[in-house]
Amino acid sequence: MANLTNLYDVSKCTACRGCMVACKDWNQLPAVIEPFKGNYDTHGGDTNGDTFTVVRFIEGEDPVDGVFWNFLKYQCMHCFYPACMKVCPQGAYSKTEWGATFHDPEKCIGCQYCTYACPFMIPKYRKREDKISKCTLCVDRVEEGLTPACARTCPTGALKFGDREELLAEAEERVKFLQANGFPRATIYGRVELGGLNKLYVLTDSPDKFGLPVDPKVPGQISFWQNWVQPYFGWLIPVALAGSAVSFVTTRILANKNGDHTEGGHE
Amino acid sequence: MTNHIVDLKNTDCALIMGSNAAENHPISMRWLLRAREQRNAKIIHVDPRYTRTSARADIYAPLRSGTDIAFLGGMIKYIIDNEKYHKDYVLAYTNASFLVKDEYGFEDGLFSGYDPEKRSYDVSSWDYQYDENGLPIKDPTLQHPRCVFQLLKQHYERYDIDTVCQITGTPKKKYLEVLEAFSATGAPDKTGTIMYAMGITQHTVGSQNVRAFAIVQLLLGNMGRPGGGVNALRGENNVQGATDMALLFHIIPGYIDSPTNGADNKDLLAYIRKATPGAAKLQFNSLEEFRQLVAAGFPNSGFKINTSKWMVSLLKAWWGDAANAENDFAYHYMPKRDANKNYSHIALFEAMHRGEIDGLFVNGTNPVVGGPNANKEQEALSKLKWMVSIDLWLNETADFWTYPAWQRPVENENVPKLAANDIQTEVFFLPAAAVYEKEGTASQTGRWVQYRWQGADPVGESKADLWIYNELGKRIKSLYAGSSKPEDEPITQLAWNYDDEHGHDDIMKVAAELCGFNVADGLPVEGFANLKDDGSTACGCWVYCGAMTYKDGKVIYKPQLRDNKDNSKEGLGLFSNWAWAWPVNRRIVYNRCSISPDGVTPWPGDEKRVLIRWDEAAGSWVGDDVCDTGKTSPPEKAMPFIMRPEGMGCIFATKTSMKDGPFPEHYEPWESPTANTMNKQNLNPATKVWEPDKQGTPDKYPIIATTYRVVEHWQTGALTRNLPWLAELMPDMMVEISEELAREKGIKNGRKVIVSTTRGDIEAVACVTKRFKPFNIHGKQIHEIGLLWHYGFKGFATGDPANRLTPHVGCANTMIPEYKAFLCDVRRA
Ligand code: SF4
Ligand code: SF4
Ligand code: SF4
Repeated sequence: MANLTNLYDVSKCTACRGCMVACKDWNQLPAVIEPFKGNYDTHGGDTNGDTFTVVRFIEGEDPVDGVFWNFLKYQCMHCFYPACMKVCPQGAYSKTEWGATFHDPEKCIGCQYCTYACPFMIPKYRKREDKISKCTLCVDRVEEGLTPACARTCPTGALKFGDREELLAEAEERVKFLQANGFPRATIYGRVELGGLNKLYVLTDSPDKFGLPVDPKVPGQISFWQNWVQPYFGWLIPVALAGSAVSFVTTRILANKNGDHTEGGHE
Repeated sequence: MTNHIVDLKNTDCALIMGSNAAENHPISMRWLLRAREQRNAKIIHVDPRYTRTSARADIYAPLRSGTDIAFLGGMIKYIIDNEKYHKDYVLAYTNASFLVKDEYGFEDGLFSGYDPEKRSYDVSSWDYQYDENGLPIKDPTLQHPRCVFQLLKQHYERYDIDTVCQITGTPKKKYLEVLEAFSATGAPDKTGTIMYAMGITQHTVGSQNVRAFAIVQLLLGNMGRPGGGVNALRGENNVQGATDMALLFHIIPGYIDSPTNGADNKDLLAYIRKATPGAAKLQFNSLEEFRQLVAAGFPNSGFKINTSKWMVSLLKAWWGDAANAENDFAYHYMPKRDANKNYSHIALFEAMHRGEIDGLFVNGTNPVVGGPNANKEQEALSKLKWMVSIDLWLNETADFWTYPAWQRPVENENVPKLAANDIQTEVFFLPAAAVYEKEGTASQTGRWVQYRWQGADPVGESKADLWIYNELGKRIKSLYAGSSKPEDEPITQLAWNYDDEHGHDDIMKVAAELCGFNVADGLPVEGFANLKDDGSTACGCWVYCGAMTYKDGKVIYKPQLRDNKDNSKEGLGLFSNWAWAWPVNRRIVYNRCSISPDGVTPWPGDEKRVLIRWDEAAGSWVGDDVCDTGKTSPPEKAMPFIMRPEGMGCIFATKTSMKDGPFPEHYEPWESPTANTMNKQNLNPATKVWEPDKQGTPDKYPIIATTYRVVEHWQTGALTRNLPWLAELMPDMMVEISEELAREKGIKNGRKVIVSTTRGDIEAVACVTKRFKPFNIHGKQIHEIGLLWHYGFKGFATGDPANRLTPHVGCANTMIPEYKAFLCDVRRA
């Protein structure tokens, strides 16, 4: 079956955040109202356990072009070769035949290894359930013949859903057009990154201008984990989660990626 | 909109000015971005602040709030000096060639006929020169010094690029980019659209700002053509419908002049004489005599010649059998406004504040958050005996008497602070159904009247507006039942029949009345050309006439049509069988201009955007849109602007069209950091000043403030601040401040600040941003800040209402408050 995906064209996104609300509505995610911190970027530009997608606002000034304000819808990239799935000891992750990376909360035990493995730091721990949550690519809608809630609601046409090959062709056209019309650095994101993402972006500038890793990489420890730890010590994990010393050890093996990942998760 | 939302896809260039379309009209961007994708259209955004619209624009040009006429005046000059105007169009479809009376003049910022005492103009000199037959004299060479074109050129001689940029603070390079890009649409094969909203209208020169657009678009030949037009993006989904139904005080449904208590309105004949352009000069003593004159081709009043038909049909709709030829069709039942009084929002609240008003119905509005000078308006509510609030929520206005309503961030002796037990107003709250919980039509910004079926049951005891008003009408009538007093007749005789056979309100009965019916058989009137002034037709709003039709034994209500196939052969997106557009399902008004004057030759290179053409064999206009001219008038007679007596687009606005001048002239906002350098008047000379003592001056209040909305909230926020998902996205009242001003004032991003004007103080979170920049005005650095006006003390997302800061002063023509430019000071909280 062909891959079905979203094409998100930043040159058409008005940062209305309708997609964020539609996502919360469809997935019945609660609002977490926090004080305004001086930036439209309410969620610090990152997803969280109750927010599967965010729109980033990146403000800057260019000596030639003047002020710019870049917007970016951010969510799980549904990687062709998902690191989250690779590390999950419980097999909670799976790929649908049309390309979504599906996380099954029934199988999830809240170990959070996927949060360290994901190059985009997408899976987030939901403390109250002791489980991970993330964008589902609206599996439950797509398999009923509907488009994902975010794409369905997008008023400008920035977000589309369809056959990846067709959307890729469209993205190429758009990038050509943009390059010829004031955006010489316009590019596609998601075609080759990490061997391909089941999410396509048309960017008006280089990925770093949108807070995306230019050359995303799966952390080196992942293959160590996959090739050594899991086959021999995988049975240890349920035990580890009971709070034994092994938990500390196994968590540390992976947790050197960045200090933000506090034990016990964050919401 | 003269055009409609989908039509934005047909443009070659869009000038978005006084509008944050991406945030406040998200769907407009869908079509505009398509124009860029498919036609390589350019998008220009002119705004004091870089917004989400600017982020999607090709050119962003900043301008200081309240200087739009300087900006557009410079554009008019540029278009003329560089001969960018569409010559054939200007000659054939505008009044450019008309000669103007010798008495008309302009000096020192004043047009001829000014009375400084009354702050108003005698407009009699703002008129054409007429020949012996009463027809305007023209000079097709456009060279005569008194012709409109030459007067226009002379008027804007002062608006050179440097002068303009000194006033607006726009960097010259950016200004030139805008001028070049937009005036390129004067080429016959190009069209450009102007999209505007409250950033244009909410000024003491609001109407003249729009006039300036009209002049630009007439010069460039952009009116009446796909991808063109002057397009007001209406701020609420049905505000167009509300205006059609006479939301404004000077009109009755269908934009008919509302009758006054003056001698010139004393009876129906006097009213018709006054309201029909040109009729004052005619001799007639009865409606029959008037009809004969009309049949003979008098007076020359354009389409408004039909005013008598609209008015009599309206009276028949309201008073049914009690309105007949013998009693002036019950004209004497109709309430008359005081000709010398103003009943606009500000005036109403001033009167309320003086204790002149006993009771108030508030529905669909929330003045404690949305009204100008909200501190004063809140105090005014406390002087009412009673107030009925009809809303989805107990909003700030419904709860104006509670403790939190009177909390202020700083004590200020000029701002009242009442306690609940000081307030005697009795408040009634009627919970209203939301839009998806009731049925009916909404007339959107492009004049499409669209039916909406009910999607959910109303919550709790809430009711649809129709239910509420139908019950009110019935109960008032029953209170008067049995009265034989003549002064009660307007109520006892009122035709009020909106119930179905079960005694429930029936929205189709309202629709039938609005669309008009033949009194004899009750069947729909097929289009307003069939309305009569002899009592045989009834019609509640003539512009909706034709929306209901009778075919094959069935009544069809066209707003319910849902054919989403584009009927336009060239893919212009007319969708004429989706819902119905007023008037007569015309999708683009003034569409006579979409083809050259001969009616058969397309504008060179623009074959695809022709909407109608003259079919000689058939002797009528044909095309994908409904023609906006006499259907059988041959091209040389087919006027493009039929609502105007001269039938032409008005570069020069004659007589009573405007209260403050035939040409737009730059005046500073009421509160401005600088003197006017364009002429000797600072403020629009025809604007009424309500509270002279409340005028802030730049020595104490050096910073310009403006107010606006964000996409996450809607209007006063009652609807959106009560939705957790939206509250989450814009949780607090915030004020956008430039990095330069923040540095000067020691303000940190995300920290609280106090903003003050002579009307009050508010607290808000600072959003320090690169997207606001100080302006260089006459060599001086002037700061501007921006405030969201969505917030109040109720709901999940709360904050001080920005309108506690805004002034009680408004546009000379419409009295819309000057929300968009006033003076303030800002400091750390
Ligand atoms: S983005 Fe992260 S969570 Fe999503 S599929 Fe890729 S690795 Fe897994
Ligand atoms: S695809 Fe579904 S789950 Fe993912 S961001 Fe869109 S709406 Fe949310
Ligand atoms: S709904 Fe569409 S336009 Fe709005 S923020 Fe999301 S992607 Fe952008």
